[in-house]
Amino acid sequence: MSAFAESEAKETFVLNLGPQHPATHGVLRVKLTMDGEYIAEAEPVLGYIHRMHEKMGENRTWAQFLPNTGRMDYLHALAYNHGYVSVVERAAGIEVPERAEYLRVITAELNRVSSHLLWFGAFILDLGGFSPLLYAFDDREHILDLLESVTGSRLTYCYFRFGGVYNDIDDNFVPGTRAFIKRLRERMPMYHNLVTKNIILMKRLQEVGPISAEMCRKYGATGPVCRGSGINFDVRKHEPYSVYPEFDFDVPVYDQCDSMARYMVRMDEIEQSLRIIEQALDKLPEGPVMAEKVPKILKPAKGDYYHAVETARGSFGVRVVSDGTNTPYRLKLRSPTFSNLSLFGEASQGMLLPDALALMGSLDLVIPEIDR
Amino acid sequence: MIDYLREIISGTWSLFVGLGITIRYFFQPVVTVQYPYQTLPMTPRFRGHIELVKDEETGETKCIVCGMCQKACPSNCITVNGEKREGVKGKVLTEYTLDFTKCSLCGLCVESCTPSAITFSKDYNLAGVTKEAYIFDLKKRLEAKN
Ligand code: SF4
Ligand code: SF4
Repeated sequence: MSAFAESEAKETFVLNLGPQHPATHGVLRVKLTMDGEYIAEAEPVLGYIHRMHEKMGENRTWAQFLPNTGRMDYLHALAYNHGYVSVVERAAGIEVPERAEYLRVITAELNRVSSHLLWFGAFILDLGGFSPLLYAFDDREHILDLLESVTGSRLTYCYFRFGGVYNDIDDNFVPGTRAFIKRLRERMPMYHNLVTKNIILMKRLQEVGPISAEMCRKYGATGPVCRGSGINFDVRKHEPYSVYPEFDFDVPVYDQCDSMARYMVRMDEIEQSLRIIEQALDKLPEGPVMAEKVPKILKPAKGDYYHAVETARGSFGVRVVSDGTNTPYRLKLRSPTFSNLSLFGEASQGMLLPDALALMGSLDLVIPEIDR
Repeated sequence: MIDYLREIISGTWSLFVGLGITIRYFFQPVVTVQYPYQTLPMTPRFRGHIELVKDEETGETKCIVCGMCQKACPSNCITVNGEKREGVKGKVLTEYTLDFTKCSLCGLCVESCTPSAITFSKDYNLAGVTKEAYIFDLKKRLEAKN
């Protein structure tokens, strides 16, 4: 591959990418040792937005941590809500009504689509194309409006509660979501014509930024990153939670291992999420959205509990250790992007700087979630 | 060589397809809302900062000074105080302060309030130059509305 440096590095210099750099989406700093235009070594430096979410969780009651979950991965907040409420429900033995689980799945999948749309826009922006961002935001706006009318907020949602959801949906939600699904399905071919088939994009992504399945396993990469390397792993399918087993959907897997494969995985996932939402709307049962008899002051039984969910970026796991009091004894959050970023150093070695930025964009990094 | 030429032709064509799409959208109606000249209606569930609810019968607050909201708040932004008064059942609210600088708009306080004495306002145009401007005295705000 011509994108790799041929000779040994003789004279290198250090280049700081970030912490304030548009391509690092937030406050990630990457210390690059450059050999001309080629990267000799890349070292991500973290900690600029560390907020001690784990420690905060250990200093407040179980319910008071709920708003924090939406502030880690602000692009797929509902999946984080879902992970945390599920683990606490498991610990406290709370049964969730079926309608609430359906609503959780519908809203979390809508949120996943909005996250992928934003990634799509921002990724193309990283590569130098501005207008696709505007198209993606136009569609994303519809999702935000739908979610705002049920959850009350547009980005950092805090909609799930132990035992159900905060509010039932309004009359507008089901027809509005159906109309949106139809609209997005009609727009997807436009996205492919505008972006996917564009020769410049293909030249910049195909065979650029190879991440082997081996490397994914080594660093624990999950989500679209590992599915773009031929590993068929999706928590929704392989460790099913909530009501996901009741839906028929595929896990898109590409084995080209390049940035294009990761791009295609996400684009296909949008369609799969729409399928899940459609089926869930068809089957949506009537009933309460909140379990009865959830104690106001929660004191889960002593023990160690873990629950993982599939977020837009991979597998998010929460481990809680309860000592039987009203605050968690230990709260451990396993976030997907931390592992996905860790492989950047090895994967970008010897790459041209612009290609490495394309690789970084294809990892879909959300920095507050890495630092927590 | 043939492949090379084919790629040039199909590649150029792909650029024209993309341009065609942008041109088509160029002639479609504008979707942007020209804020602040135009505004969108807020949805009923929009969570602004909290506000005391007026009891329609008495014109006073519904708050019974139980302190649940203060306890539920993860960021400690609520201060509630009350006092016993002659001839009145229960406590009377004397102070309700919201430190909006710390509020994360999570809504746990509203959920925890049994008599539904607090609700979300629909204010979103909030801007100020001092921190004190965001320490809201909700009792005064309620009285000002009366
Ligand atoms: S909305 Fe949340 S952070 Fe704000 S005052 Fe209420 S409980 Fe506290
Ligand atoms: S606002 Fe509600 S929860 Fe807070 S002190 Fe008053 S009655 Fe209690």
